[in-house]
Amino acid sequence: MTRKNTVETVMKYVLLVSALTSITIVLMIGIFTLKEGMPAFREIGLGDLLTRTTWRPGQEQYGILAMIVGSGLVTVGAVVLGVPLALGSAIFLAEIAPQKVKAFVKPSIELLAGIPSVVYGLFGMVVLVPLVRKIPAPGNSGYGLLAASVVLAIMILPTIASVSENAIRNVPRSFREGSLAMGATRWETIRKVVLPSARSGILSAVVLGLGRALGETIAMIMVIGNSVVMPAATGGNPLTIFLSRARTLTGNIAVEIAYATGIHANALFATGVVLFVLIMLVNSSARFLISNRSYK
Amino acid sequence: MVYRLALTALIVLAAGGLQAVSAEDINIAGSTTVQPLAELFGEAFEANHDGVRIIVQGGGSSVGVRSAVNGTADIGNASREVKDSEFEAYPGIVVHTVARDGIAIVTHPDVPVDGLTLEEARAIFAGRITSWSELGGPDRMITVIAREEGSGTRAAFEDMVMDEDLICAGAMLLPSNGAVRTAVSTTPDCIGFLSFGYLDDQVKAIAIDGVEATVDNASNGTYPVVRPLNMITDGEPAGMVAEFLEFALSADGQAIVEDEGYIAVR
Repeated sequence: MTRKNTVETVMKYVLLVSALTSITIVLMIGIFTLKEGMPAFREIGLGDLLTRTTWRPGQEQYGILAMIVGSGLVTVGAVVLGVPLALGSAIFLAEIAPQKVKAFVKPSIELLAGIPSVVYGLFGMVVLVPLVRKIPAPGNSGYGLLAASVVLAIMILPTIASVSENAIRNVPRSFREGSLAMGATRWETIRKVVLPSARSGILSAVVLGLGRALGETIAMIMVIGNSVVMPAATGGNPLTIFLSRARTLTGNIAVEIAYATGIHANALFATGVVLFVLIMLVNSSARFLISNRSYK
Repeated sequence: MVYRLALTALIVLAAGGLQAVSAEDINIAGSTTVQPLAELFGEAFEANHDGVRIIVQGGGSSVGVRSAVNGTADIGNASREVKDSEFEAYPGIVVHTVARDGIAIVTHPDVPVDGLTLEEARAIFAGRITSWSELGGPDRMITVIAREEGSGTRAAFEDMVMDEDLICAGAMLLPSNGAVRTAVSTTPDCIGFLSFGYLDDQVKAIAIDGVEATVDNASNGTYPVVRPLNMITDGEPAGMVAEFLEFALSADGQAIVEDEGYIAVR
């Protein structure tokens, strides 16, 4: 065997081992979380855990519905605020920006991804919370879903923007030329030709952002208020639901695990299992959507 | 191959772990309220005892009780009374109260209310009183801030103020004394509770039943919300651990307690 072949073979196995390692780690974390959460599912019952809204470990009441709703609402808020902004900057960067502007804007957006989440939390606490507090509504303390959604929207922006920019850039040049040659304007071309062709890439960008949003912890703890209540609108305006305090699934684990013993600790691991399943559902539904649409 | 690697890693880790535990180490873990005090005791004790190392970790009061019993620590710290359920589960534990600490009810400095009765405080934290207007203040909703479930400060507060009532679900929950102080000092119309050690002029401490929240009032017994700071051992302590606890309760140890703004027990 030549030296070259030996290197080939060795590298093949090195790469195989790396691939297997990551799978093993994911599996082990999954199994461990499930194993630690099992007693909670047995003693509390999956139904009670998922449908009760009262979480009082001191009184042996473990219901995480309020936190599922909290995580859901804050993620929806972040997507509603963040996706248009991210898509806008992606379209701008890929289609409109002159090279000089792009050289400045693109690194700035990417820089956002490098800021540690605790700094986002601090920014939210010091800047956003006092701003939100100015909204006149009874019981509005500033801490709550709105502040959390804004922080999260900024956090998912760089991911969504850079992945969708790539998707838009990958639309063949001939598509645009064809459209422009038919007399379509630049905006019509973007809206009716470029964006639909980049749809699957944009969709996966949004899903990546969703995953990040669901998993974000420390910045959320700092601005969302951590109360275990079903978010509810205070006045006649249903949008005031976003002024309500809430707790996310991730926040529940992070805030309480240091003190938890016995069934309380198991219930926190069960929260982790629910989060795991939620994120897997989001990812696989996205995969399904993408595979269904991309080759039509 | 993977197995062998894992096995080697385990052996190395285990050996490293064994090496770190020498006969002269005292491991302390638990309540973050007791932690700074334990560290100061440790520094002073190490200065008088050559070769002894005091290793102090946080983790919370429940962790303190648990780690004293299961042997991960020689001493477990708890900033609350040991619960009946804990005495039942671990009949061998011995509680050494090394200091006491008051819990102050604090508000944002702009709240015009300066004193509450214990009943009023309970009603606020239970969510029955929701506006400052019911207490002679402006008609603004009260924002209640509390500690997370499992915190020793929360458990002690529930014990002494809440009685049978529960802290309302709408309360904002924060994971440390420091976070509570920051939130209370920056959020208008809000009320929370803090260990005496964390009081400063960013927040306003409220008198309870007409008694100001001061160390003097707490040590002469007039201030009602005072909790023990406990060090817990599994069985009667012996050897170096016993010496350490004796030191904590000695005149030198208790001087440290008073310097830190807590209440001496001797």
